[in-house]
Amino acid sequence: MQRFHKHRGLVAAMPLANVDTDQIIPARYLHRPREQGFGDVLFADMSFKESIQVGIDDSQGEEVYSNATILVTGENFGCGSSREHAVWALMDAGFQVVIAPSFGDIFFGNALKNGLLAIKVSEKFTEKLFSEAKSQKDLIINVDLPTQIIEFERSKIEFNIDSFWKYALIEGLSETALTMQLENEIRAFEAKHANHAPWLQNLPKGTEE
Amino acid sequence: MPATMFDKIWDSHLVTARDDGRCLLYVDRHIVHDATSQAFAMLDAEGFDLRRPDLTLGTADHYVATGSHTRQNSDQIKMVEDLKKNAQRNGITSYGSGHPRQGIVHVVGPELGFTLPGSVLICADSHTATHGALGALAFGVGQSEVMHVLATQSLWQNRPKQMRITVEGELPFGVTAKDLILRIITTIGAGGGTGHVIEYSGGAIRNLSVEGRMTLCNMSIEAGARAGMVAPDNKVFEWLYGRPFAPTGKDWAAAIDQWRKLPSDPDAQFDSEIILDSPDIEPMVTWGTSPQDALPITAQVPDPDTLGDSQRCHAGRRALEYMGLSPGTPLEEITIDRVFIGSCTNSRLEDLREAAAVAQGRKVRVPSFVVPGSASVKAAAEAEGLHKIFKEAGFLWSDPGCSMCVAMNGDAVPEGERCASTSNRNFEGRQGPGARTHLMNPAMAAAAAVTGHLTDVRYL
Repeated sequence: MQRFHKHRGLVAAMPLANVDTDQIIPARYLHRPREQGFGDVLFADMSFKESIQVGIDDSQGEEVYSNATILVTGENFGCGSSREHAVWALMDAGFQVVIAPSFGDIFFGNALKNGLLAIKVSEKFTEKLFSEAKSQKDLIINVDLPTQIIEFERSKIEFNIDSFWKYALIEGLSETALTMQLENEIRAFEAKHANHAPWLQNLPKGTEE
Repeated sequence: MPATMFDKIWDSHLVTARDDGRCLLYVDRHIVHDATSQAFAMLDAEGFDLRRPDLTLGTADHYVATGSHTRQNSDQIKMVEDLKKNAQRNGITSYGSGHPRQGIVHVVGPELGFTLPGSVLICADSHTATHGALGALAFGVGQSEVMHVLATQSLWQNRPKQMRITVEGELPFGVTAKDLILRIITTIGAGGGTGHVIEYSGGAIRNLSVEGRMTLCNMSIEAGARAGMVAPDNKVFEWLYGRPFAPTGKDWAAAIDQWRKLPSDPDAQFDSEIILDSPDIEPMVTWGTSPQDALPITAQVPDPDTLGDSQRCHAGRRALEYMGLSPGTPLEEITIDRVFIGSCTNSRLEDLREAAAVAQGRKVRVPSFVVPGSASVKAAAEAEGLHKIFKEAGFLWSDPGCSMCVAMNGDAVPEGERCASTSNRNFEGRQGPGARTHLMNPAMAAAAAVTGHLTDVRYL
């Protein structure tokens, strides 16, 4: 996966709660092969000007949004469908960081697996970012993963991240490669499991189509 | 130490745990469908083999046509074909359109006995929690995780928190599992279960049929939960007995012995506890664009300014604008353009029976669709004549699939139309761009079909 170390970028603020993955990318685009990209259909059905503030007047929203790399949004971002395309759409559109008070669990896991840094912060902090983004022209912030610090203007806050994900993001670690090294453990588990619950390991063969 | 059902299943599937808390869980059952082609492409790109095709089952659901009315395009047809190719290439048993076992993943898994109590099951679909109704620990995952499971038959997870929701007593007349889960979501919120696995317990849950428990667990994700589960009991064991992939003979007896030990110990601790009073619950309908925007059918469209904090009020105003509704309108006065009875939430035989009981001897006022959850549900419904009742009432009787719940196969609600739907999500654009969705139970949806407006089925 893509490595993450430090990032300095323009903020797009979307002060909405419960933005679900159907909003992030509508289902009708999910058939595309990964290499075709999903950036052009990010938030395809959302009324963008109403939803996203990027600091300058809303009429120019789309233009500035195209340069934004850090999305700040409301609680429960990415709830709903498990579609990983939501993460791909954000990344393909240039986003590298998403900051929110909370995330849908599946979206959160999908994001970190792809190298999109999803950061949970307090609602007070997102409110502050929303009002900063509204009042000033272009809000640029720094995100430093090794020190776990978000910095802008004279503000500086520390954020929490699971130690595994921090390591995985910095190293660009592939989880599957990591698991492949545990083949012996998995095999030993399977033997034990087959003994404990044989019906789980040997299931009757169904009819082939 | 007393353990919850979740603890027992989790601990018995732990391959290894890292110091940082990451746990490698063994996956007993994996269901793939026609929207998992990217995961197979990743598997190929990484050069991994599918480790356990024998524990992997495929069925086409998201992209399949549900009849000659479906306006399927070539991309959608290709997704169904890709599943077949990927399954054949990797030696997976898979059911395509027309196969007597084909249907929606969350209908097919349980009805084939592929889903079993005490198992860990995953699927690239957020409604995988459905399988928890049988006492399985079932997660919805993304494509990368599907690829990981295809390659390793295991999954890295952090141990979630645990919530117990207890509902005692009897559900009142006309109130179903769908109403119960909508009520739960309004109580804890669309993000109230985030980071948690929910165990549903209490007399009202035990009284639910196995199908009803599936409806309940299915929508756990709409409260943000990782999974939902119900302790398996004799009702579940009887329901599973003799199903094609269920254990037989000596294995069956040994399995029952183990499954009886699954329920949470009496003193087991949960991170949070919610208790609901069942006599309070009424048939529910949604008015907004999140499943938490639900109210009893007897209520009125709320005033968004009374919904709570400023973000909530803003979301409420936005929802009403999208839905084309005004505060104070009685929900029963909302006219509809279309009805959809189906989806992994409400497309099983019991659901179709409840809808047919309302449709019998009446006529639909708007285009109305019944989409059975699987070919076997469809056959069972036809065996008892439900299709005749629906057709005589003017419903379109379709082939199985996800259909208009997610509008990925060409079945969609036209822009601006209002749909009474038994599905699980009323998100903006979920049933098609600009579509307006009201969620409800199957009998309520059938009632809306025959009156042309949201209707309290108890007084129809």
